[in-house]
Amino acid sequence: MTEAAPNESAAVSFRHVVRLEKVEMTFGKVQALSNVDFAVGRNEIVGLLGDNGAGKSTLIKIVSGVLRPTAGEIWVRDRLLNLDRYSVRKAHDLRIETVHQGQSLGEKQPLWRNLFVGRQITGRFGFIDVKKEKEIADQLLRRAIGFRGHGINSDSTVRDLSGGERQGIAIARAMYFEADLIVLDEPTTALAVSEVRKVLAFVEGVKAGGRACIYIEHNLAHVYEVADRLVILDRGTVVGQFAKGEITLADLTARMIALHEGRKHAGT
Amino acid sequence: MPAPESARSRLLETEGLPIMGVLLALVIVFMIAAPDVFLGYRIYMSFLATVPPLLVLAAALTLVIAAGEIDLSFPSVIALSGWVLAYFTHVLGSPWLGLLLALASGALVGWLNGILVARIGVPSIIATLATQFLWGGLTTVFSQGLSYALGEVDQYFLWHLLVGRVGAFPVQALWAFAVAASLYLVLNRHRFGEHLLFIGDNARVAEVVGVNVQRERTRAFVLMGVMAAFASVLLTFENRSFFNTQGGGYLLEVMAAVFIGGTSVFGGKASLVGTVAGSFIIGMVEAGLVATGLQGFWVRAVVGVVFLAAVIGHILIEEPERRSVFVRALRDRYDFVRKSSPGGGSTERRGAR
Repeated sequence: MTEAAPNESAAVSFRHVVRLEKVEMTFGKVQALSNVDFAVGRNEIVGLLGDNGAGKSTLIKIVSGVLRPTAGEIWVRDRLLNLDRYSVRKAHDLRIETVHQGQSLGEKQPLWRNLFVGRQITGRFGFIDVKKEKEIADQLLRRAIGFRGHGINSDSTVRDLSGGERQGIAIARAMYFEADLIVLDEPTTALAVSEVRKVLAFVEGVKAGGRACIYIEHNLAHVYEVADRLVILDRGTVVGQFAKGEITLADLTARMIALHEGRKHAGT
Repeated sequence: MPAPESARSRLLETEGLPIMGVLLALVIVFMIAAPDVFLGYRIYMSFLATVPPLLVLAAALTLVIAAGEIDLSFPSVIALSGWVLAYFTHVLGSPWLGLLLALASGALVGWLNGILVARIGVPSIIATLATQFLWGGLTTVFSQGLSYALGEVDQYFLWHLLVGRVGAFPVQALWAFAVAASLYLVLNRHRFGEHLLFIGDNARVAEVVGVNVQRERTRAFVLMGVMAAFASVLLTFENRSFFNTQGGGYLLEVMAAVFIGGTSVFGGKASLVGTVAGSFIIGMVEAGLVATGLQGFWVRAVVGVVFLAAVIGHILIEEPERRSVFVRALRDRYDFVRKSSPGGGSTERRGAR
């Protein structure tokens, strides 16, 4: 297992946006992650691969502050975090944004609320500046996402949107808050082909914008296309890491199938 | 054609408008059926004196239900806080201290509910059912099953401040409207209200977007407890007496007021304007029916009809998919609907999108 060295210029003040060391996670008796070392370099796109239940979602929930690991260390920009005080809010403060699989938006809520919930623009006593939030939301909808002439505005509810549009909102939210690290958990699941292209274009935009990304995806061709480095998880441990140049898509596919088969046999 | 359609649907979406219409219609029906009573002002003053506790309770419960929870323990807070108010006002000689302790007792009950639900994870319907028994029972123990007459309570300034009369106008109505307006702002304009809506919509989403779900849930129950205590103070002062069973009749009426008002039983969506209208509908039906000469026996049946009509109405207005299913079913059954409304077909197809 090679410790990948992402391309970095000498001038940067940190090496890794985020680095996990010897992270363990157990839910009751279930060991979801064991002894995981995982790092994302500055301006690096890391594809995270693995079967269902390999621990991908658990891993990114730890990175994004939703779950607290049972053991291990998290470093953000090469500084050790105090895990007792790490939370989603803290992650946002550290400019780590996450688009969780299928459930990042409140379905019955209008889009302007969805864009700002958790870090509302508030005036005195915690009252929301609704006018300002709606203004920014409408701008975002027009510019960033290109919802023009769909009859969709900041007052539309999430229910009114297609799957791709929902993903677009969640991603636009991450962009708006200028994350250094954007975590995407299967953003293309249930999307039409044209919408998948939009998401991949967005991931490339993240790279071009000098930001980093953890990209979880079942479709190997999609990940392979955009990732700088691929990390494979299996049953809660990292079982492989490759820079894109080190492995062909065919080899990667064969490896994933082998893992899947091995798992099936182990399970029976 | 799209323009008038969207104007119409915008009008329908104005918060609480349909249920305000129902309230108005009810008043008009009563005016026609019992003009002697409903064309005078006295009956309305009477409503403004009796509805406030119900309104305060329903307004607070609206926020709890918006968060996808329920509180069944508030009838016991009505009893407990009423006893605290009466007892400590008497013992300490200060109604202000009595009020303060009454509100504190409500907060304590609410906080305990919050701990049970948010931290320990007991479903709120069960946790608050249990605490309803607990606090109701303890109130009976504390009061030794006695009722207190508070005949001389109007010597206090506080009494006049909370439930006095300005001319014929009952002051408690102002307090109740103030509570409802404040909670409207909290729900629709404050961070806390938005958090409750997201928790009610989907607690896992709320969590991943950075809402402290445990803390906000607990706060919702504390708010409910304090408001129930305040309602109890209004009730106890207005009645000038404390009964250890006071509040028992409020449970179903308050829930009916909230749901008639269009708040979703599934959480994530709530209307305080609707709750205000719902509270007055519930508060008016009894007096109205008696005044129109119908026997009191009819009250509950009529409430049931209004309730059902309101709930079905809300579903049809607020969930276009269901509306179009409903309309289609009607159309299949009664073909004349299509003939009598030529524009109907395309309208409904839009709604179904």
